[in-house]
Amino acid sequence: MRQSGQPALATARPHRNRLLRRDVARPHRFGQAIGMARSIGTAVVSAPDGVPSAGAGPDAVTPRGMMPSIKRTKFKLSHQQLLEMYYWLKLIRAFDERLSTLVKQGKVRSGVYTGIGQEAIVVGTCFGLRKEDYVCPLHRDLGTFLMKGVTARAMMSQMFGKATGLSKGRDSALHSGVSELGIFGNTSMLGANLPVAAGLALTFKMEKTDNVVVAYFGEGASNVGDFHEALNFAGVQRLPVVFICENNQYAYSVPIEKSMAIEDVAVRAEGYGFDGVAINGNDVLAVYQATLGAVARARTGQGPTLVECKTYRWHGHSEHDKAFYRTDEELAIWKSRDPLTTFTSYLEGMNVLTGERLTEIETRVKSAIDDAVEFATNAPDPAPEDAVTDLYA
Amino acid sequence: MPRELSYLEAIREALVEEMRRDPKVFVLGEDVGAYGGAFGVTQGMHEEFGELRMIDMPISESAIVGVSIGAALRGYRPVAEMQFADFISCAFDQIVNQAATLRYRYGGRASVPIVVRAPSGGNVGGGLYHSQNPEAWFIHRPGLKVVAPSTAFDAKGLLKAAIRDDNPVIYFEHKYLYRRAKGPVPEGDEIVPIGVAATRREGTDITLLTYGAMVTPSLEAADRLANEDVEVEVIDLRTLMPFDKEAIFASVEKTSRALIVHEDVKTLGLGAELSAVLMEERFSSLDAPVMRLTYPDTHAPFSQVLEQANLPGANTITDALRRLAGY
Repeated sequence: MRQSGQPALATARPHRNRLLRRDVARPHRFGQAIGMARSIGTAVVSAPDGVPSAGAGPDAVTPRGMMPSIKRTKFKLSHQQLLEMYYWLKLIRAFDERLSTLVKQGKVRSGVYTGIGQEAIVVGTCFGLRKEDYVCPLHRDLGTFLMKGVTARAMMSQMFGKATGLSKGRDSALHSGVSELGIFGNTSMLGANLPVAAGLALTFKMEKTDNVVVAYFGEGASNVGDFHEALNFAGVQRLPVVFICENNQYAYSVPIEKSMAIEDVAVRAEGYGFDGVAINGNDVLAVYQATLGAVARARTGQGPTLVECKTYRWHGHSEHDKAFYRTDEELAIWKSRDPLTTFTSYLEGMNVLTGERLTEIETRVKSAIDDAVEFATNAPDPAPEDAVTDLYA
Repeated sequence: MPRELSYLEAIREALVEEMRRDPKVFVLGEDVGAYGGAFGVTQGMHEEFGELRMIDMPISESAIVGVSIGAALRGYRPVAEMQFADFISCAFDQIVNQAATLRYRYGGRASVPIVVRAPSGGNVGGGLYHSQNPEAWFIHRPGLKVVAPSTAFDAKGLLKAAIRDDNPVIYFEHKYLYRRAKGPVPEGDEIVPIGVAATRREGTDITLLTYGAMVTPSLEAADRLANEDVEVEVIDLRTLMPFDKEAIFASVEKTSRALIVHEDVKTLGLGAELSAVLMEERFSSLDAPVMRLTYPDTHAPFSQVLEQANLPGANTITDALRRLAGY
């Protein structure tokens, strides 16, 4: 999250074919995925086999030599649970969109790195977690805080730099954590959360509990030394940790093909002695399914798994980044794979989401965000003397 | 006669006693398990505590500290070993950005009770990457505590204090002292509190502020000056951050002269800070400029001739004391 107010490149360098490569080879299976709903019962979504894709996206493949079984993890979700997932997707999207607006209005100073377009990963990974499980999110995963139990008011206060925020104005965004809720807050050094995640997981191993750690990183952070050190150690100790790669194709401005000579981050897992799998990160049910499988393995002492979620961020790296390093065409393609609208259609097609339910959820979301903004706006600033407190216990 | 231990044995005894006392204490580092550590500090501990409390780590200093931070967030008190203090640079980010800032950015709702043991210092023929004294990097970073014992007694008592402290503590143990420094070390809890200096020799004419392996040659030089009717008060800082201002001020108010001796290089070493603090806060007490005798601003060379040329010793400290006495 190294900040810069200036664009990183002087001229746009479009990558016209890059993200389309896989689509040409394997047309994505939106319709086919929706067709999978045939096997879904009226009361529950079940996935006896195959990928019950709810979204559209590139057909992420399992890299050669990798174990694909977690992509076929059986699961059941009630209609209520599906609607709950939907609520989280909507809430997290709305939160980030509001933040984007607040930056433009000058009401939030900076520190806004939205995850718009990537919400299915947060929702799919967090949905099946326990309170005792730990998450170690990356900078776009504000939704993990909400799903693990931090209030929208506290999160908005954090973004406003108010005394009511998690860090009392000391820093914004996800640089604070809540140990009681199992949330670790990382620094701006991407990938530095991963050794910490391994340490948290080590304590679960020591205590012989079946809690797990879910640690997030971008494809960009998979090039940093901490990534290697953490995954290697986790592999050696067979730690109960699930490594979630949010491959959104760009590390700030640098596209994946300029930062690594492989196509799938998932293959890196093999070097650490555990399995990696690449999935469609815009499909909340695919993410949920793969996470469920990986978490089950971690809970039963089978060690770590790397789940690479292919996705795309709609906004720039930060709200100050105009993202001219990519083309409108590329963005449009990925917007057509919006994890939210595809899930909406999916739920509507199954008659889980009715107009009445939709209105109800949208009202809940809007009032939660409005309330959070109002609360944060009126919340007190930190006292100046708190600039030098809480340095030592 | 009380029982004597070496500095190294005292460190081990502190670890063993703390691990027996508190099941949340564990050790991790390179070769710390069955092998017993590169210097033998953890010898025999693997047998008692097993491989989940004496964790042999891959060559991954950043992970050694990062894993410690994660465990600390769940209530553990890890003691991380850097095989040499020189290697601590590989863990720098986890220490200065992750550990040091965590409490601050968590709004005071969490703390990071880790100890990073860092075998430091020269005079052992270690060359550029096995001789360094990188304490100033960490003194400079708010949120960290830094200690550097000079005796076997303090080695044990300070390590116990560091393990029980709720903050990240960088514990510099001097390699030259491992087997050379021996002294009485009581069994059980004799805690040396963090932040309290020790006056090793009382004097009325010059205050000599030092720590680590420089304490012994400083005492030798002070004895020589006594023959010249100059009484030097030697203060062993023991804790470098937060250093004991009260003890330093009380001594300088008495002597009106201060010499700072350290093995770290000169520019922006701890001596620079101590000198500045004395200038700002005790200017009226001083009869002479605060002086420093340190390693020159260079690297730690391998050749014994070159290394001895760099290291402050009893002779050069004596000369510095004479200059200051004659000012």
